[in-house]
Amino acid sequence: MPTPAPLIEMRGITKSFGAVKANEAVDLSVAPGEILGLLGENGAGKTTLMNVLFGAYAPDAGEILIQGKPVRITSSADALAAGIGMVHQHFHLAPRLTVLENLLIGIPGKAGRIDRAGGLARLAEIGRQHGLTLDPDLAVSALSVGEQQRLEIVKALFRGARLLILDEPTAVLAPTEVDGLFSALRSMAAQGLGIIFISHKLNEVRALTHRCTVLRHGRVAGRVDDPANTTSAAMAQLMCGHEIVPPARGASTPGADVLTLDGISTSQHSGTALRGVSLAVRAGEILGIAGVSGNGQRALAEVISGVRAPDAGQMTIAGQNVSRFSPREVQALGLGRIPEDRMTTGLVTNLPLADSMVLPRIGTAAFSAKGLLKPDAIRAFAEAQIKAYDIRCPGPMTRAGALSGGNLQKALLARELAFDPKVLIVSQPTRGLDIGAARFIHEKFLDMRAKGCGIIVIGEDLEELLVLCDRIAVMYEGRIVGTLDSADATIARLGLMMTGAEGHS
Amino acid sequence: MSAVLEQIFQVGFLAAIIRIATPLAFATLGEMFSERAGVLNLGIEGIMLLSAMTGFTATSLSGSLWLGVLVAVLTGMLMGALHALFTAALGLSQHVCGIGVTLFSSGLAYFLYRLIFGQQSVPPNIKGFETLPIPVLSDIPVLGPAVFNQFSLVYMAMLAIPLAAFVLYRTPWGLSVRMVGENPRAADSAGVSVIATRFQAVILGGALMGLAGAFLSMAQFNAFTFGVVSGRGWVAIALVVFGRWDPWRSAGAALLFAFVDALQLRMQASGLGHIPYEAFLMLPFIFTIVAMAVMSRNAVAPSALLKPFRREER
Repeated sequence: MPTPAPLIEMRGITKSFGAVKANEAVDLSVAPGEILGLLGENGAGKTTLMNVLFGAYAPDAGEILIQGKPVRITSSADALAAGIGMVHQHFHLAPRLTVLENLLIGIPGKAGRIDRAGGLARLAEIGRQHGLTLDPDLAVSALSVGEQQRLEIVKALFRGARLLILDEPTAVLAPTEVDGLFSALRSMAAQGLGIIFISHKLNEVRALTHRCTVLRHGRVAGRVDDPANTTSAAMAQLMCGHEIVPPARGASTPGADVLTLDGISTSQHSGTALRGVSLAVRAGEILGIAGVSGNGQRALAEVISGVRAPDAGQMTIAGQNVSRFSPREVQALGLGRIPEDRMTTGLVTNLPLADSMVLPRIGTAAFSAKGLLKPDAIRAFAEAQIKAYDIRCPGPMTRAGALSGGNLQKALLARELAFDPKVLIVSQPTRGLDIGAARFIHEKFLDMRAKGCGIIVIGEDLEELLVLCDRIAVMYEGRIVGTLDSADATIARLGLMMTGAEGHS
Repeated sequence: MSAVLEQIFQVGFLAAIIRIATPLAFATLGEMFSERAGVLNLGIEGIMLLSAMTGFTATSLSGSLWLGVLVAVLTGMLMGALHALFTAALGLSQHVCGIGVTLFSSGLAYFLYRLIFGQQSVPPNIKGFETLPIPVLSDIPVLGPAVFNQFSLVYMAMLAIPLAAFVLYRTPWGLSVRMVGENPRAADSAGVSVIATRFQAVILGGALMGLAGAFLSMAQFNAFTFGVVSGRGWVAIALVVFGRWDPWRSAGAALLFAFVDALQLRMQASGLGHIPYEAFLMLPFIFTIVAMAVMSRNAVAPSALLKPFRREER
């Protein structure tokens, strides 16, 4: 196949933030009709590079060429005019405005008015071309996450994008939605658009992309010309600079039940309610909870951690009925919890890291006495954990919000594991983390399992659950549709159960 | 009792409601534009006072009422620009800056007024706006004399409501304002300047607040006193919440407040003399508190209200 002239070319891009070189002499090009994978660990400079391309940062050196002509992109408006569209990881949508209003923002009207008819026609045309259909008058808040992402893609096309950048688009999608996204992307590429696909998930990169550029420490670490026929291990090695061996989950002999749920139901408070959930975790076992997010996982995590009281059913920890216990009470019984959202329910981002690390146990004798805090003990505890878990930060008094996602997750893990929990409930333990950090978290879970802790991992990444868990239960619309031993589980089978089809345990 | 009621509900009562509602409607629409773009403007009370003063002074010195209105509007826009400079461009605390603008504007109004007019035993007057009956319409029984025999500024307020709704919901600029108030990052990535849009919305809001001030000193009282605004700006902030950030609902809220205010005025004058008049004065504010408590439970503010926007955040 003859190589067409590149749609876009970045040459020698260098960008520093203070002393940190986020990008150094990076070259990258995308041809029309090509899907380019952009790979790299967190902090490798992918996001910086794309922000340079999208006009958010001005590069210190280097040039950008569009169809062979050098261009200067200093704002997102420039990027849009140059035909570059970006789908950010966190959607740039206004939830209370309609689909059409979100599309028409920044587009000049007709005779001083919003051009509704023109917008509808354009939306219908994009729908026909790529199979991306949306109801124009629905408020964005009424759309599913997958539909919101579709709207972001449509928004870029609406503005005449010829190059589409997608920043970890599959992180928020269910497996079935991923298939839909991929077929839309392939259709766009077939019609001559260029696509840059940023992802951690190597199997997806191998399935979708035509070529890959791998970044490491801000530099191009290598290129992969035939991703479909390159092993994930080889690509991971390019990303990390060394070989990555998945942790081995040895055989274990689970003990007695440490946590049981029997017929737990909740009312529809926010999100999906639980409808008669029964499950048990044994000591020395990792139980996965798979499911498309929004099927009651949040309620389940909240009930187990005592944040929400169930309307019906019984929960026990080590044989004791704890159905109506408060978070502090279940914690005192040996429950550890790592919530889904590190920033909002995990830590207090504006307080020093040390304070966040002792927050759940602030009232215990270790950290306070006679109504007064013991600042030295708090500091010493935080310092010890920072060292033990290699949490990269200037010190225990650093504002927690200044830490990277991987380091925050390590801090949360350290906070719980320091007290040897009998049961640990974690949601999305490695979301947004790179291979190295995820690997570290996984090892810690397996260590805890060996020590006899019962662990519940709520997650959407089926590959992760298959590697980590002894058994996997699948949630759908607030119920457990089935539980599989991981030896019997496959992605296809779990994926089917996640759509509500009954499984067999 | 029925005699009392009869005395209260007459044509003059309806006209009074409209008159009281007019400055509130201008102020509420002004605050609404600002807040829809994500900027709370607590400077409203002071901006109204300063505009009332500058408008009054310009008319008093030149003899032209419309020049006075223009000066009041320009004053409002200038103070709006000042607030936008602090909050939109510099990203400072909207609460602190708003209160600062109110304190500064009030102080400036008192200072300039003393400087220009000195201390007089009888405050100077102007010949303010006169009612302008609209032909044919003002002949409609009851409604005609109440609604269509009013000051021209009242008609402007009536037109401002549908116009504000049109601008906000039907024009690209209005969409930008709403988007900037909901998700500035989305607006920015669509090539809309968040800071410019916020400036424009807050300045437009200031112009409307200026009209509210002009109405008070040039149509309602025909004089400037230090109590000419007396909390109407603060009330407007509550009415925006009450009206759920929508022009029609906000104007409706202003009308409802004006109804209670007109009612208490009549009650004061209607021989319920054994009750101290201060008790009646409280009524509209008690109404505001109760209405806010009931309505604001379901009210959802613009998501980016109070949040400064900074571009290159890392």
